[in-house]
Amino acid sequence: MLALFENPRLRGGIHAEEHKTETSGVPIALDMPLPKKLYIPVQQHVGKPAEPLVKVGEKVLKGQLLAYSQGTISAPVHAPSSGLIADVLDFPAPHPSALPIRTIVIETDGLDQWTPIQKPDDPLALAAEEICALVGAAGVVGLGGAVFPSAVKLDLGRKNKIHTLLINAGECEPYLTCDDRLMQERASEIVTGIRLMLRGMGAPEATVGIEDNKPEAYLAMREACAEFTNINVVQVPTRYPMGWDRQMLRYLTGREIPADGRATDIGVVIHNVATAHAVYRAVCLNQPLITRVVTVSGSAVAKPQNVEVLIGTLISEVLDFCLVDKSRVARLIMGGPMMGDALPISEVPVVKACNGILALSEQDIEIPEVKPCIRCSTCITACPVGLLPLEMASRIRANQLDAAVDLGLKDCINCGSCSYVCPSNIPLVHYFKFASGELYKRQQMDHKSEQTKRLMDDRTQRMERIRLEQEAEARRVMEARAARAREQELAKQQAQQAQQSISEAGNKATAEEVQ
Amino acid sequence: MSIKPVSGPHVVAVRSVDSIMRKVIYALLPATAWGIFIFGWPALYLCAVTIFSAVLFEAVCLKLKGVAAAPYLRDGSAILTGLLVVMTLPPWAPWWIGVVGAAIAIILGKQVYGGLGQNVFNPAMLARVALLISFPIEMTTWVNVKPILLGPGIMESLSITFSGLSDLDGVTGATTLGAVKTGFSVHQTLPGLLHDYSAILAFIGWERGSLGETSTLLILLGGLWLIRDGIIKWQIPASLLLSIALLSSLFHLIDSQHYLGPWVHLNSGAVMLVAFFIATDYVTSPNTPVGQVIFGAGCGALIFIIRSWGGYPEGTGFAILLMNAVTPLIDHYIRPRIYGRYRNGKPIDVS
Amino acid sequence: MYILSAIIILTALGLFLGLSLGIAAKYLRVESDPLLEKVEALMPGSQCGQCGFPGCRPAAEAVVSGSAPVTLCPPGGTSLVEQLAKLLGVDVDLSQTKDAEPMVARVSEDTCTGCTRCFKVCPTDAIVGAPKQIHAVVADACIGCEKCINVCPTECLQMHPVEVTLRDWRWPKPMAAA
Repeated sequence: MLALFENPRLRGGIHAEEHKTETSGVPIALDMPLPKKLYIPVQQHVGKPAEPLVKVGEKVLKGQLLAYSQGTISAPVHAPSSGLIADVLDFPAPHPSALPIRTIVIETDGLDQWTPIQKPDDPLALAAEEICALVGAAGVVGLGGAVFPSAVKLDLGRKNKIHTLLINAGECEPYLTCDDRLMQERASEIVTGIRLMLRGMGAPEATVGIEDNKPEAYLAMREACAEFTNINVVQVPTRYPMGWDRQMLRYLTGREIPADGRATDIGVVIHNVATAHAVYRAVCLNQPLITRVVTVSGSAVAKPQNVEVLIGTLISEVLDFCLVDKSRVARLIMGGPMMGDALPISEVPVVKACNGILALSEQDIEIPEVKPCIRCSTCITACPVGLLPLEMASRIRANQLDAAVDLGLKDCINCGSCSYVCPSNIPLVHYFKFASGELYKRQQMDHKSEQTKRLMDDRTQRMERIRLEQEAEARRVMEARAARAREQELAKQQAQQAQQSISEAGNKATAEEVQ
Repeated sequence: MSIKPVSGPHVVAVRSVDSIMRKVIYALLPATAWGIFIFGWPALYLCAVTIFSAVLFEAVCLKLKGVAAAPYLRDGSAILTGLLVVMTLPPWAPWWIGVVGAAIAIILGKQVYGGLGQNVFNPAMLARVALLISFPIEMTTWVNVKPILLGPGIMESLSITFSGLSDLDGVTGATTLGAVKTGFSVHQTLPGLLHDYSAILAFIGWERGSLGETSTLLILLGGLWLIRDGIIKWQIPASLLLSIALLSSLFHLIDSQHYLGPWVHLNSGAVMLVAFFIATDYVTSPNTPVGQVIFGAGCGALIFIIRSWGGYPEGTGFAILLMNAVTPLIDHYIRPRIYGRYRNGKPIDVS
Repeated sequence: MYILSAIIILTALGLFLGLSLGIAAKYLRVESDPLLEKVEALMPGSQCGQCGFPGCRPAAEAVVSGSAPVTLCPPGGTSLVEQLAKLLGVDVDLSQTKDAEPMVARVSEDTCTGCTRCFKVCPTDAIVGAPKQIHAVVADACIGCEKCINVCPTECLQMHPVEVTLRDWRWPKPMAAA
C-alpha cells in the first residue's frame, strides 16, 4: 500500500512557463566585440581559490595561466585574451551581495594572440591520467552551475569502479537554452568530449539525458552518437528540476544516491553536457576554459540569444551587445529564474558558473504579497526531495533551527519548487538559505568558542608557569639572600672569633708579659 | 549594499490564496442556489445574514488584532466560512442561528487560534456541532421542499427568518437519517422505514435537509471541478466516500433490516459536502497523501459509526472534529521519504 | 453513608499519593552538580564579565540556580541560549533573542604607545606586541570582550564590527508575513 505512494521515479517538481523559444532557434553569437578590460576572479569554482602568478604590468597571451590551482580541490584560471595585467584587486563578484573578490584585471591589446599551443596528435589514444591532467590544467569545472573541478570528478571516477557516465543535458531552468544550442550546433564535439571522459575514467558506457522539450538537440545528439554504441541518448520528461543530477539519475536508473554519499557510491559519475564540450576543447585543442556560452534573455532584452562570451567580460557589456533596455530591467539574474542569483549591479564579470543572464522586466517578476500559510501542502507535493517545506519554514521563522534540521533542512537543494507553487508567496527557499547560513555561522561560532577555550587554557597555563617560575625565582633570590646573610653572619662570627682569639692571644701575651 | 538581496525563484506560479478561495466559493454556488430554489426566500435571507455576519466578525477580530483588515477580507476566507456554515444549517432557521454560527466559526473556530491557517478544527464544523448541541430544536427543524415560487413570498419569508416560524407542523418533517433513527428506536425496521424514499430524488437533492447539503449531484460536480483544477486532491474525498460505502455495504449485507445501504448513506446528510469541501480543508487536514488517505478513511468510518450506533442521526460534524484533533498526530508520523534516505531518516545503504 | 465513604476514600488516596511523592522526592532526587559542570562547559569560558558576573563559573552557577536567565551571555549568542534552554528544560522565545553584532578590537596605530597593558589583560592572547612597539589585534582570536579597551591609556583601541567577506556572507532572515 505504501509502495504505491512511494518511489516513483519522478517525484515532485513543477512545470513553469518555459520561455525557451526566444533563444533556442537563434544560433550562438560568436561576434561579441573584444572588451577593453577583462575581470577574472581567482575563484570561479568550488574549493580553494587559485593563487595569482602574474605581476601587474606583465604582458600575457590568450590562454596563458594567470593563477594556479592550490590544493586538491581547486582549478586554475587563464587569460581569456592577450594584453597587459592592469591590476590585481578586490572587485565586486557576481553574487547577490556584490561583495568584492580577488580579481585579475587584463587590459586587452586587441590582438587576441594565442599562447603557443601543442595539439595532441591522437587525443583519444592518450592515457587516462593524461586526459585528467589536461582537463585539470585547462581549468575545466562543472558548467551546469555547480562549478566543481571536473578533473577531480574524473579522478574520483577512475579510482572507484564506474559503470555509467551520466551526461546531464536536462537544462530544466526556464529561459536557458545554452546547452540546447550547444548540442544543436556542436554535437560531434560534445560526443568526442564524452568519449574522452569515458576514457579518462575507464568507464564502459555513457547515457545522455535530454528533456523532451529539446527535440532538435536530441536528434543532433542521436546522429552524432550513431556510431558509438556505448553512448545512449535518451529523452526525459520536461519537469523542473530534472536537471538536478540526482533526480535525473533516479529517473534514468531508478536508483538513489545515499543522502550521505556521492554518485560514485552507486557506480555513476554525472557531468554536465557543456562540461563535455569544455573537455573536448581542453584535450583535443589544448585550449583552457576561457569562454562559455551564455543565454541572454528576458523581456527587457531586445535581441535575446546565446552568446559565446569570454570569461571576465562585464555583464553590462554583454547586456549592451544584446540591446538591453536598461530602464526596463527590474531584476538582473545570473543563471536561471529558479535558482539563479539576483545581481544588485551589472558591473560584475561573467564567470565559469554563469550559464544565463536574464534581464527581467516588471511584468516578469510579480512582486508578490506574502500571506499566512494556509497549509495547502502544495509545497510538499512539489518538493522533489520529499521534504515538508511549510513545516521547516515555520520552525525557522520561530528560530528553531534544530527542529528544522530534524525535518531534513540539510537535504534541501534550494531548487525553489516550493516557493514557486506557494499560493501565499511565502519565500520558503529564502528561509532555507537563511537557516543554512545561520547553521554555518553557529558552527563557526562553536569553533571559535572552542578556540577561545584553548587560548584561555594556554594562557592560564602560561600564567601558572610564569607564576611558578616567578615563585621559584623569588625563592631562589630569598635563598640566595638568606645564604648571603648566613655567610655574612658566619664571616662576622669568624671575625669576632678571630678578634676574640687575637684579643685572647693578646691577653695571653699580656698575661705572659705580666708573668 | 543598500539593495536587499532577493532570493530566487524569480518567477512564481499564478495561483494565490484569493483565487483558491474564490474557486471553492464558485464550486459551492450551484448547491447553494439549489438550496435556495427548493427552500425559498428564507434560505436566501439566512445565507445573507450568515455570510454578512461572518465577514463582520472577521473584520472586528482583525481590528482587535491591530492589523489592516482589507487584504485579509479580500482573500475571501471569511465569506467561504460563512457560506459553509449556512450550508449546514436548516434552511428556515431563525436569523440568530446564522449569526451565532458565524460568530462561533470565525471567532472561536479561527481567530482565537491566530487567524487564517492556524486553527486546529474546521470552523464550519465547529459551528455546526456547537449549534446542534446548544439549540437542538432549531437545528433539527427541517422544512418541506417547496420551490421558491410556490412557497411563502418575499415579505412573508422575512417574518419566517426574522421572527420565527409560528406553525411548524404543516410544513416540516424529518430527514431520511432522522426518520430512520427514530424508527429504529420504536423497533421498526428497514426497508419499511424507507417506503417513501426515492434514490433518484435524493441524488438530485429533492428532499428535506440542510440548506446546501441536499443535492449530491451538484456538490459532486463542484468537487470534481475543484479536483480537476488542482485545488483539492482526490485522496480525502475518495477514501472518505469509499470507507463509508464499504462499511455500510458490509453491514447492510450482514443485517439489512438495521443498517442502511451505501446509497442512502452517501446521498443523505452532509457526507458529500464534507467529503469534498470540509474534510479537504487545507488547514485542518494532513499534509501528505498517505496521511490524507488515513484521515479520509477515519472520517468515513467515524461518520458510519456515529450514524449507526450513536445518539445523533448524523455524525459528520463530530467525525470531522475528532479527525481534526488527530491530524497533528498523523502529520507527525506520516512523512514523505526523503531522497537518498530510508523512511526512518537513515541514509540508504548501497554497499 | 455514601458521603462518608467518599470522604474516606479520597482522604486515603490523597494521603497515599502525597506520601509517595514525598518519598520519591527524597530517594529519587537528581543530583544537581553535574548540571553545573555541563553548563560551565557550554559557556565560552573567556571570563569576560559581560554578563555582570565575575566569570563563567559564577555565571553558570547563577543560571543553574535560576537567578539569571539563560540569555545572559552576549558572546555565546543564540546558539548558547538554545543549548542552555535545552539542557535546563526551560522555554525561551528564541525570536526575541538577537545575536549582538560581532565586534573585534582594532589598534589605531597613530596613538598606540606600546604600553603593553592591553595584551596583559587579553584573555585569549589576541593582542601581539612588545614594549614600545605598536600592538596589533589578531581578529580571528579576538572575542570582543572589551577588556583591553578599558585599560588602554590612550584610547587607541576601538571596537569595530567584523567585516563581512564573500566567504561568510549569509542570507538575511526574510521579512515575516504581515
